[in-house]
Amino acid sequence: MGKRLRGETLAAFTMVAPAALWLFVFVAVPLIYVLGLSFCGQDEFGNAVFEFTTKNYANLLNADYLQIYLRSVLIAGATTALCVAVGYPFAYIIARTSSRHKSVFYMLVIIPFWTNSLVRVYGWKTFFSGTGWLSSVLMGLGLIDAPIDLLYTTPMTVFGMVYCLFPYMVLPLYSAIEKLDGSLIEASADLGARRSETFLRVILPLTSSGIFSGSIMVFIPCLGYFFVSDILGGGNADMIGNLIERQFQSANNWPLGAALSIMLILITIVLVRAYQRMGGDMDALGV
Amino acid sequence: MTLSKRGRTVRNAIYCVLVYLFLFLPIAVVVAGSFNATESRPYLTWKGFSLMWYQRLFDGSQAALMEAFGHTMLIALTSTLLSTVIGTLVAVGMYRYRFRGKALIDALLYVPVVIPEIVMGISLLVLFAQAQVPRGMLTLVIAHTTFCIPFVVFNVRARLAGYDVSVEEASLDLGANRVQTFWNITVPVLAPGIGAGALLAFTLSIDDVIISYFVNGKTSVFPLKVMESIKMGVPPSVNALSAILLLFTVIFVVLTQSDLLSRHRSE
Repeated sequence: MGKRLRGETLAAFTMVAPAALWLFVFVAVPLIYVLGLSFCGQDEFGNAVFEFTTKNYANLLNADYLQIYLRSVLIAGATTALCVAVGYPFAYIIARTSSRHKSVFYMLVIIPFWTNSLVRVYGWKTFFSGTGWLSSVLMGLGLIDAPIDLLYTTPMTVFGMVYCLFPYMVLPLYSAIEKLDGSLIEASADLGARRSETFLRVILPLTSSGIFSGSIMVFIPCLGYFFVSDILGGGNADMIGNLIERQFQSANNWPLGAALSIMLILITIVLVRAYQRMGGDMDALGV
Repeated sequence: MTLSKRGRTVRNAIYCVLVYLFLFLPIAVVVAGSFNATESRPYLTWKGFSLMWYQRLFDGSQAALMEAFGHTMLIALTSTLLSTVIGTLVAVGMYRYRFRGKALIDALLYVPVVIPEIVMGISLLVLFAQAQVPRGMLTLVIAHTTFCIPFVVFNVRARLAGYDVSVEEASLDLGANRVQTFWNITVPVLAPGIGAGALLAFTLSIDDVIISYFVNGKTSVFPLKVMESIKMGVPPSVNALSAILLLFTVIFVVLTQSDLLSRHRSE
């Protein structure tokens, strides 16, 4: 018996230690480094040097940056709202259809989700650019005289974000709506509720978990998807992600980039805490 | 306004078609572009149907693109293998045993899932710079394995719900050793979860732009190659390669969807 117990300990160790070590070295330690870096200064070559300073955090309040934060929150908020508004009815229809092609409908959501997001964003760029498809078709139809270029605007960035993040909203909505017991809807109707009442007082509360997890999975990544605002917003719709990216690449101000990242981590923690408070299931965020 | 049942069905169908159009339009644009016979930047004007860009993928003229693509595949395979092994082991270990620090491991597993990818990217960049690890294939594989592990764990965990550990006890009592028990009892039971996790890891790896962007050094990978060329005009060879990838994705999804669906139903 003692031998088996010792075997148990060894087995537990072999199973857990690789992941524990990996996560410690490549998740925990890097974040601790970022925290440390955010309190560093820079030498004349721009290299980070340790000299405890809070000036990076003070720099976060730069008026230009405040405008970028505001825009980021507005773009992420608009993206989340649009994803719910478009995604909810869609998820509802495909989750509750009695069609025998239901699995095909679901598959058709997964396929774009599994196709490279950058390639798809580039597809939209081709579609909307001045020499692109939309202009050519509209000119061909005689609806416009000169090519129109819809690129490089904030609405275009929101459009791209909605496009990239839409499946992250639809998939949790789909599983929440599919679990909904149809007899509750019938009961509500039998008891004389109007369709809108049934929706607001039965369907919506019972599927709100899907809206919450979908919103978390859309809002947070949206703040960091710098390539979408880069390609479709063309520098006119910079977000926190673009600001961070620039500090680590062209501007070479790593300490400031680290402070910006810490801010993003704090936003994430606050939102995830709120999600847990509302009874959100963490495993539901793993798609 | 109240619609008849039939009217509602028609309205719903139209709505879904519009949403699918939205989802697939840019993909159609990319695929169509792969057949464009154009030779001049920015490769947008339609010059007629041709398969020349597909041919060029294999005649050596697109060596840089194909090299980047090869890197992407190698990184995806390696990080899928690593994350599947590490993730499966820890999922089973955490299900079966109670130990100190379990809550901490659980918390660390959620970090790569909820944190914005850009933060993951820069934190690994900072680590590699600090540890003076040259950025390239090694750092790419490490980064990809890191963000794939949690997704493997969640998939295996979903499969573990209701798994009876006493079958393993029985196997041990009958004289099998622990490794044999794990291979012959545990793994087959969990296979669908492991498979789904591995598939997701592979897909996430080939799709990743943001994290790779910070840790690639001078090693080019397919998504970053696309990003580089977007400002100058993307050559249709990129479209052709994307179209081929899409074909594989469709086959993958069709092969696995029955399993994915049953998993979603059981949740």
